[in-house]
Amino acid sequence: MIQQVFASNIIYGLIMLLFILGIYGMLEKKNFLKKILGMNMMQVAVIIFFLTLGQKLGAAVPILIPGVDNVDIYANPLPHTLMLTAIVVSLSILGVALALLMQIQRQYGSIEENEVLRRMNDE
Amino acid sequence: MNEQLIPLIVIAPLLTALITPLLAYLSAKLVRAFSILSVLISLIGAISVLLTVIENGPLSYFFGSWPPPIGIEYYIDPLGGTMAVLIAAVSFLVAIYSGPFYKNEKWYREGGCYGLHLLITAGLLGMSVTGDIFNLYVFFEISSLATYGLISTGGPKALVASFKYLILGTIGTSFYLLGVGYLYSITGTLNMLDLAEKLQPLIDSPAIIIAMTLMAVGLTLKMAQFPLHGWLPDAHTYAPPPLSALMSGIVIKVPAYILLRVYFFIIGPANGPIPQILTILGWLAALGIIFGSVMAIAQSELKRMLAYSSVAQISYVVLGLAIGNSLSLIGAILHMINHAVMKSCLFFVAGAYIFKTGEHSIDKLRGIYKKMPLSMGAFVIAALSMIGIPPMAGFFSKWYLVFGAIEANLWPYVVVIILSSLLNLVYFLRVIEIIYLKGIDDSNSDLDIIKPKKGFELPLTLLIPILVLSLGIIVIGLSNEQIVTQVLQFAIPGGGY
Repeated sequence: MIQQVFASNIIYGLIMLLFILGIYGMLEKKNFLKKILGMNMMQVAVIIFFLTLGQKLGAAVPILIPGVDNVDIYANPLPHTLMLTAIVVSLSILGVALALLMQIQRQYGSIEENEVLRRMNDE
Repeated sequence: MNEQLIPLIVIAPLLTALITPLLAYLSAKLVRAFSILSVLISLIGAISVLLTVIENGPLSYFFGSWPPPIGIEYYIDPLGGTMAVLIAAVSFLVAIYSGPFYKNEKWYREGGCYGLHLLITAGLLGMSVTGDIFNLYVFFEISSLATYGLISTGGPKALVASFKYLILGTIGTSFYLLGVGYLYSITGTLNMLDLAEKLQPLIDSPAIIIAMTLMAVGLTLKMAQFPLHGWLPDAHTYAPPPLSALMSGIVIKVPAYILLRVYFFIIGPANGPIPQILTILGWLAALGIIFGSVMAIAQSELKRMLAYSSVAQISYVVLGLAIGNSLSLIGAILHMINHAVMKSCLFFVAGAYIFKTGEHSIDKLRGIYKKMPLSMGAFVIAALSMIGIPPMAGFFSKWYLVFGAIEANLWPYVVVIILSSLLNLVYFLRVIEIIYLKGIDDSNSDLDIIKPKKGFELPLTLLIPILVLSLGIIVIGLSNEQIVTQVLQFAIPGGGY
């Protein structure tokens, strides 16, 4: 029962919550690292959304069982493969973001937005 | 034979980007030669594909010979081909232009700069030729990531600008990806042609409304359409000069192209939620045109003024899409081309000014025409074109937009376009006045002494792209009728075939 409710509706509400929390973190938090964490939350929400699309109750793993040609009994593998790509993309964005953050810390001695902007305008 | 050219357009810069660090270790000149050569290969490939496409209709290339919708398809129609030629041409000139700016970097940094430039080019070209909306997302991220990296090489302030762009740009691409998810969830396909077919019976479903709204937000964020333009001024101002030209010229155009592709080719402009979304986008664009122009008047820094002008100019393209008849669509596509040429030229001159004098502000331009007569001449041509003086290119796209708006009875848009030309006049004439008229009677000026005694005013690698673009403005302006009748009328939905 619970499984069914989660699979049908509640999961989408949770994904939306995660997505909006992520955006809130990116826009409202003044600490750059917290912005990056919010960004990651938002991307994870999108990834879970895609994975939910591939779910089916009681489906088999998408490996062809000899003699069973009925596609209905297999889970959809495509969202997972797509999300592998999306995970790689989000990992590379995280890498670039952290590298930028290190440079900002070296340059301005802080990763608080207000502090960095103040020091930037002082120069 | 020409099908095989399609992947080459993307693969040439992509592969070269991967080997640039190695080449840079061997020799800095080799990197530069390979970069320019690979973009040139893309350009030639794109031109020959475009010519074939205009003659014989759209071309497809199936990766690994898997037919769509299972495999990834590269699909070029006249619109995609036009974008590919535009991207490759601007990127080629920028690759030539970037030489003196990256020269003083360490070898690995120089290799990296060219590598990132090629990755941006490959990503944008991929976006314009792919026929798969998820593949498009991947190319989107390739070009965006490379842009973030390359902006950050512009100095201490560029780091923060780049970080800001990274945060906002990632929101934009995530919104786009979520929209793709909604489309996939109701159709089970990612191929554009297949989607267009399968979406027709589902056109009133709420999932389409959500998907289209998400895509509209994501793409307008990436193209810096008015209320979501916050990242653009800083990123354009602090980026290294070649990148400013590349970004303003093509990086912000390609999301507009995707908007056109999704709204007009996949869904259809009269279907589902599209008319309402386009109306909202149209009014935002009208506000953006006025806002960008007014902000540009208020700036004291040359590159920042041009950046705000980009905010205004990208809104013209969106306005053209919002009006949505064939005249205004031609105007929008022509404006993408014209603005890429004009704004790249202006940013090239701004970069050359920084290169020559080390100054950024408009006030310091006083009497600069004595030092840099040719490039300031190019600046004037491009500025007149931005204002919309007839023989230059900029006039004709505005002409099509105005006539499209009149045909659709949208008079407020007509007023906005004409009013913004006036505002353009205000901020460009101010700069031109400072360049030519101020400081002439400055008797203690040492400008005369600095007059070039021998050689050219700038290194030739800077001067030639500037002159090519300024000539291009006039050539595109004079041959606009041929461009429209022979290329662009096939590029709009339902046109040509």
